[in-house]
Amino acid sequence: MSAGRTPSQTVGPFFAIGLPWAEGPYVVPEGTPGAIWLRGTVYDGAGEPVPDALIETWQAGPDGRFSDPRNPGDEREGFRGFGRASAEPAGEFAILTVKPGSVAAADGRYEAPHIDVSVFARGLLKHVITRVYFADEEAANAADPVLSSIDPARRTTLIAIPADDGYAFDVRLQGAGETVFFHV
Amino acid sequence: MSHEATADNVRDAHIDPPYLYPDYVSTRLRAPLQPLVALPSRLTELSGPVFGGSRVGELDNDLTAQHEGESLGQRIIVHGRLLGPEGKPVRRSLVEVWQANAAGRYRHDVDQHPAPLDPNFSGAGRCATDDEGRFRFITIKPGAYPWKNHANAWRPAHVHFSLFGRNFTQRLITQMYFPDDPLFDQDPIFNSIPDPKVRERLISRFDLEHTVPEWALAFEFDIVLGGRDATPLDEDDA
Repeated sequence: MSAGRTPSQTVGPFFAIGLPWAEGPYVVPEGTPGAIWLRGTVYDGAGEPVPDALIETWQAGPDGRFSDPRNPGDEREGFRGFGRASAEPAGEFAILTVKPGSVAAADGRYEAPHIDVSVFARGLLKHVITRVYFADEEAANAADPVLSSIDPARRTTLIAIPADDGYAFDVRLQGAGETVFFHV
Repeated sequence: MSHEATADNVRDAHIDPPYLYPDYVSTRLRAPLQPLVALPSRLTELSGPVFGGSRVGELDNDLTAQHEGESLGQRIIVHGRLLGPEGKPVRRSLVEVWQANAAGRYRHDVDQHPAPLDPNFSGAGRCATDDEGRFRFITIKPGAYPWKNHANAWRPAHVHFSLFGRNFTQRLITQMYFPDDPLFDQDPIFNSIPDPKVRERLISRFDLEHTVPEWALAFEFDIVLGGRDATPLDEDDA
């Protein structure tokens, strides 16, 4: 029997029962050289914080390669590549990670350092996907094939700003300054 | 598997609910209104976290055995297969579930409706799929849950599922329902899926064959992920 694809449903307001775990926000352990906090707030269309959101991140390491234990030699000690953080109770999330390197693209070009982000929440019937780029990577950003394809007026919604202990990146689900979301 | 089914799995965006579905009131201020930007899958999207069993403890797939006493309610077995977009099993992949207890109450501060908590039921489970993509949980049949979306609104009994698949594009969070639930008709979350035939994919099948005599009813729920299937990593893994 060939079954069709299973549709998405909202994560709902009670995901904290099953999804967050203590080490979830730590893509790298505390004390890792070069570690940065990626902090932000998720906002709704009225500009109010979304308290019941869940953030997941996926990224390359500083060498531009991905952590994958299926590839012998590709498992990175102390670097999971994946982060998960709840925005409860105030809509604020924080992920401890390291800045990724540039990622080789199939056409011989390079993608600027970036982190893929998924946002799940009550009221999102399917998660939204965006990318974090870094404001202090101007040259790499200008050459990035994904970022340069985005309407310049909306491009800034994908750029994290340097902050005290890392970078700041807010997500606006709807309305003024709506974050660019991708279909993958 | 036919070409049509493959195209459906990989490309048909109409399987999923729309972001804006006003009957589900919470979508009104949270649904993005700008069209999504197509992101041709690149290395970041064609890779993804691999947990396998690394986050799974011995009793994590038995939600009735995580406390001193047994959980109250109808004991059930929920099992099925996790398949990729082309219908191949997704092996050694983390499956996470969470749910209300038999009284329809979630163990969460936000749920304060007057139904009892069960000290012997937390409502969260994890397991890794086996080499055939199979998963199996022992749990309690969740109760219906009242919410404030509309007058006298009740969610049909459901179990939340979180799946990773083989890469970032396959990530899925969904809900499994039970056969013949009288609450389907008034539930905007279930009905947000445009095609009634597609909605039925979320309804588990009562499974007498795997029902254990004098112990637990079984329900079968197969999950087929979307996104991209072939990745350079998978070819190495084949």
